[in-house]
Amino acid sequence: MSAVSSAPADTGPATSPSRDFGIGRRLLAVAGLVLPVALAVLWEWAAAEKLISVRLMPPPSKIWATMAELAASGELKTHVVATLYRVFVGFALGAIAGTLVGAAAGASEAVRRIIDPTLQSLRSVPSIAWVPLFILWLGIFETSKIALIAVGVFFPVYLGVAGAIENIDRKLLEVGRVFRLSRAALVRRVMLPAVLPEWIIALRSGLGLGFMFVVAAEFMGAAEGLGYLLVDGQQMGKPDQILGAIIAFAVLGKTCDAVLVLLTKPLLAWQDTARGTL
Amino acid sequence: MLNLERLSKTYADGTVALTGINVEVGAGEILALVGGSGCGKTTLLRLVAGLDTATEGRVAVAGETIVAPHPAVGIVFQEPRLLPWLSVADNVGFGLADLPRAERAERVDHALDRVGLAGYGKRWPRELSGGQQQRIAIARAFTARPKVLLLDEPFSALDAFTRASLHEHLLLLWEETKPTVVMVTHDVEEAVTLADRIIVMRPKPGRVYETITAHLDRPRDKLAAGFDKAKRRVLNALDRSLRPETPRPAGADVEANASF
Repeated sequence: MSAVSSAPADTGPATSPSRDFGIGRRLLAVAGLVLPVALAVLWEWAAAEKLISVRLMPPPSKIWATMAELAASGELKTHVVATLYRVFVGFALGAIAGTLVGAAAGASEAVRRIIDPTLQSLRSVPSIAWVPLFILWLGIFETSKIALIAVGVFFPVYLGVAGAIENIDRKLLEVGRVFRLSRAALVRRVMLPAVLPEWIIALRSGLGLGFMFVVAAEFMGAAEGLGYLLVDGQQMGKPDQILGAIIAFAVLGKTCDAVLVLLTKPLLAWQDTARGTL
Repeated sequence: MLNLERLSKTYADGTVALTGINVEVGAGEILALVGGSGCGKTTLLRLVAGLDTATEGRVAVAGETIVAPHPAVGIVFQEPRLLPWLSVADNVGFGLADLPRAERAERVDHALDRVGLAGYGKRWPRELSGGQQQRIAIARAFTARPKVLLLDEPFSALDAFTRASLHEHLLLLWEETKPTVVMVTHDVEEAVTLADRIIVMRPKPGRVYETITAHLDRPRDKLAAGFDKAKRRVLNALDRSLRPETPRPAGADVEANASF
């Protein structure tokens, strides 16, 4: 009873509401595991009862065994490292290029009018369409794969940065003007922090596309990588390996995104959003 | 301290926002601008702040013509316009980047104390209420120690109680350095509470309609007869200024300099 009436005497500031949901959020994170686990159990049961074709749809235990075998031999690590390396290098190149071009387009109306229509039409080219060209230009090895991934990462980052700069609140820029900030100081103290949240969102979608494009890249013909495991599984008739590789992609993609969120979280501590839960 | 000489502003689309404004504001004086919408009050402030340039005439602060934002001129906008990624303290000290850290911290703490938000320095702006945010904006403007401070309806979005307390905080800060203050308001009581002189403006095109000088002691007693009389005078002038134009015997640009 008294707990209800003794509301904090400090009337003014609202405390961050997100903190109150700490426990609830942890429960929700676990809740996310309920569906995959339930599906796996159901699948396992259906396979044991011979309700589904075990040859085409191997049960989770079989997939797990295959992956464990690959992991024990060190093969899985080789494939994961190869894929991650391609994603990271491609992501870094695409993100840098996307940020620079996006900044130019966002900062200058003229630049945007010149380059944006071309970039928008290139954006709608399907990723696979680049493959033959990149192989011709850059060869069959790493360079062409990384170039393809960089292309995939470039567009969302470019769009995000250009849009973010256009959307900077004029009213805040005016505050900078009132305090007579130099052009450089205005960029550093007002514009960069203002675009930071949207830039990070753009990087996240870029990273997601990086993982999509790495599969296309590894379909080009790779001797290692998770994409290679997919192709190899199809050619050798090993559905357990294909499913294992797909699950590995899901886990890697989610983990990389989570790491990116974690790394950038301190930069956005000032925001009042539920972003951390996504 | 602040001189507006034949000041006119016509926007690119042909709108005449201001025409022929001649006003002189003394050092330490608080001037309020009231008037119907579209009478150019905000335009006038933006010209003084150096955020816009006049079509004709000039703005001078201590004899110096204003062509761009000037260190001697500060402004508090209608919205707090705090930078959400800076702590409250960093927002207050935003204009003091050139000062040594210790001195900056001292000035920031002092200003926060004066607006009743001592100890709030480490918070984020989003954690504060609207009234508290506006106090931070006022503190930010004062810490830069302007000679002329412009207030563009800074209290209009707040409830009556918050507004009254902000008036006190504003006067407390003003007492310290006594800057010249030009404030735009649509609240006649606010104008009479704070200002030494009240200019009623008339729209289309924006110009000075009537000037009313208040000879009231500070702190002002809102229940005193003089306060009420001043308020009624301003309301009256405001009312007349909003009526369709009729030829005024003395001519519109002659200031009816009523004292009471």
